[in-house]
Amino acid sequence: MAVEIPKDSWPGSVKEVTLGATPAEGGTRSRTVTVGGETTLPFMHFEAPPPHPPAIAIEIKSRRPQDWSPLLGELWGAAMNAPAEWARQAEDADADLLVLALDIEDTVDDAVAAVQSVLQASGLPLIVWGPGQAEKDNELLVPVAEATKGERVVLGICEDKNYRTIVAAALANDHLVQARAPMDVNLSKQLNILISDMGLPLDRILMDPTTGALGYGIEYGYSVMERLRLAALQGDAMTQLPMIVTPGYEAWKTKEAKVGEGVPAAWGDWQARAIYWETLTAVALLESGADIVVLRHPESVQNVKQAIANLMTPA
Amino acid sequence: MALTGIQIYKLLPQTNCKECGLPTCLAFAMKLAAKQVELAACPYVSEESKAKLAASAAPPIRLVTLKADGHEVKAGNEVVLFRHEKTFYHKPGLFVRLKAADPDLAAKVEAIENYTVNYVGMDFTVDGFALQADGDLAAAIETVRAASKRPLILIGEPQALESGLGALAGETPLLYAADSSNWEAMADLAAQHKCALAVRGASLDELADLTEKIKAKGVEDLVLDPGLNAEGRRVNMATWLARATQIRRLALKKNFRPLGYPLITFPAEHQDGAGEAVHAAQHIAKYAGFIVLDTFAPELLYPLLVLRENIYTDPQKPIQVQPELYEINAPSPDAPVLVTTNFSITYFAVANEVEGAGLPAWLVVTDAEGMSVLTAWAAGKFDAERIAKAVKDFKVAEKVRNRTLVIPGHVAVLSGELEEELPDWEIRVGPREAVDLPAFMKQALQTA
Ligand code: SF4
Repeated sequence: MAVEIPKDSWPGSVKEVTLGATPAEGGTRSRTVTVGGETTLPFMHFEAPPPHPPAIAIEIKSRRPQDWSPLLGELWGAAMNAPAEWARQAEDADADLLVLALDIEDTVDDAVAAVQSVLQASGLPLIVWGPGQAEKDNELLVPVAEATKGERVVLGICEDKNYRTIVAAALANDHLVQARAPMDVNLSKQLNILISDMGLPLDRILMDPTTGALGYGIEYGYSVMERLRLAALQGDAMTQLPMIVTPGYEAWKTKEAKVGEGVPAAWGDWQARAIYWETLTAVALLESGADIVVLRHPESVQNVKQAIANLMTPA
Repeated sequence: MALTGIQIYKLLPQTNCKECGLPTCLAFAMKLAAKQVELAACPYVSEESKAKLAASAAPPIRLVTLKADGHEVKAGNEVVLFRHEKTFYHKPGLFVRLKAADPDLAAKVEAIENYTVNYVGMDFTVDGFALQADGDLAAAIETVRAASKRPLILIGEPQALESGLGALAGETPLLYAADSSNWEAMADLAAQHKCALAVRGASLDELADLTEKIKAKGVEDLVLDPGLNAEGRRVNMATWLARATQIRRLALKKNFRPLGYPLITFPAEHQDGAGEAVHAAQHIAKYAGFIVLDTFAPELLYPLLVLRENIYTDPQKPIQVQPELYEINAPSPDAPVLVTTNFSITYFAVANEVEGAGLPAWLVVTDAEGMSVLTAWAAGKFDAERIAKAVKDFKVAEKVRNRTLVIPGHVAVLSGELEEELPDWEIRVGPREAVDLPAFMKQALQTA
């Protein structure tokens, strides 16, 4: 029996967004990374092969984090004390991109020095996150944007309360932004509209729909991503942006990943569980349309890399 | 797919005898299409028409139930491609495969049978066992049944499976698998012993041929294994995703009966480097009905059980707990008062942390419409007004002498407003994550 396979064709598509700039393009990166461009649902090769594989970013910090799981502390060791060294090791661990998260304790000089040391240590395109407090984000990200003009760095994280200054800094210095809305299709659209109304072209915006870790609300983020991608394919311009999500951050703050003692025996081996937690959160989000996943543990990076290689090449 | 009134009319006697209580057969057909009357009201419908009408009313993906004494695992009867369109109904059964010839079979069955893990107040277990008939199957079944009453999947060739089926009278196991070489014997076996039957093929064309032939032999509880290529190896993630999606689309959008069955998967058999856990996660997200694991490891099972629960949660119904004042570890009137939302995952994260640390506390669970702290705050469902209202409504001040109220770190911005709403209280900003609460309570609050 010859089964006729139903194929979807969509009027809309996702924008391509390129991170980083090589010397020829006015930056210093050894290569750029382009994501997005999908014309159908994730990995439906029989309709249209995805033009770019999803990218993996490894998250590092400007100073040694105090609240990370001890498993990560043991793993990265002394590299956590120096962002440049940490960046080198993250590149060796097969990252496509780096996320440098600035700290609330950083001065402007600290932040700029950390970003510059990372750019010198690694040729990967860079995403820089402020500490996550609106005033401090603005205080640190503006000078960082100026000091890295032309690198096509992604500045984040823009939310509805702090996007103006960050978007202005991106506009003035040829950078991109990461736009985060709290797990809601309409709030995502709204923020994208506000940002593009300031004059930032859509191909310089990454959409972050926010995600929860496995067991902590992943299903909300998962479905919002599926809905955003469907809206994009149906032709809704303000949802046609590649999606960046942070399974590493979310998974590693769960008790399952963070705590090894005094937990139920039914949770099993701590290290293996923690890596599964991060890996499975990321894999589920790839299936729902993630273009960039930000991870923390090199073993999860390898797992997710294998999954992406698999998803990109039908066999 | 449901028939229209006109299509139904063509299947009726067209005599307008009125015995159904309606003036014409056409009127009856219209009412039947609108599900306002029962077919049984017409005494003259032919058997052939009845069969056609019943087939058109069947769900596009057949519900297959594996049964054993007191346990059931159902798969199928799904109605959407994306969970947000409605919900996914039947969580894929998680089975662990063991070998009949394994000398440690009894011990392994016992360990798996006893595995229970609690997630937000629910106890999860493995759903059943898959037995590879590589030895004395009847003896292996006896060993399994000594420790477990869960449903079985039996894997092997027809002769080998037959030897075990006598021991499973009254149960509905799943036989794995019929293929182009053995389907007649498998179908006979499934029919004779009233089993469900898995069907495997290297393409959708081959699967559709097989299910039609097997159905013609009277076996209808079928399960598809679309995960093999022409060489008998497992396909990789991209191909599996494509096939699972195509099968579900054909069933739901085209009402294509030959592929309207739940799927069975074997995550460990895909030799493509991605690993058992990653394949199993893909199968949970994208359309598996039964998942057969080769590894029994708590650190693997727990995240898979949680992922399954999350994906199969009804998106229309946020999982909530009752908003009220909860007592943790029998708090005295001097114990601290913590505030959180009524999203059940949030509630359990906080309650488990504090309870696990043995710290007494009062927990004010506010009505945030079942949203987590950050989401509720962003949506305006967890603000100073709502928190103050909860503190007043639950009469916290009457039960508690202490006047320290701890709010989640994520909503530190609410403290000023909350101090105005609740002038008698000292508002303290706690940690952002529940996992850091015990340390905060011990250090910052000096809770004994
Ligand atoms: S009872 Fe049957 S045959 Fe008679 S009018 Fe009703 S539908 Fe027609």
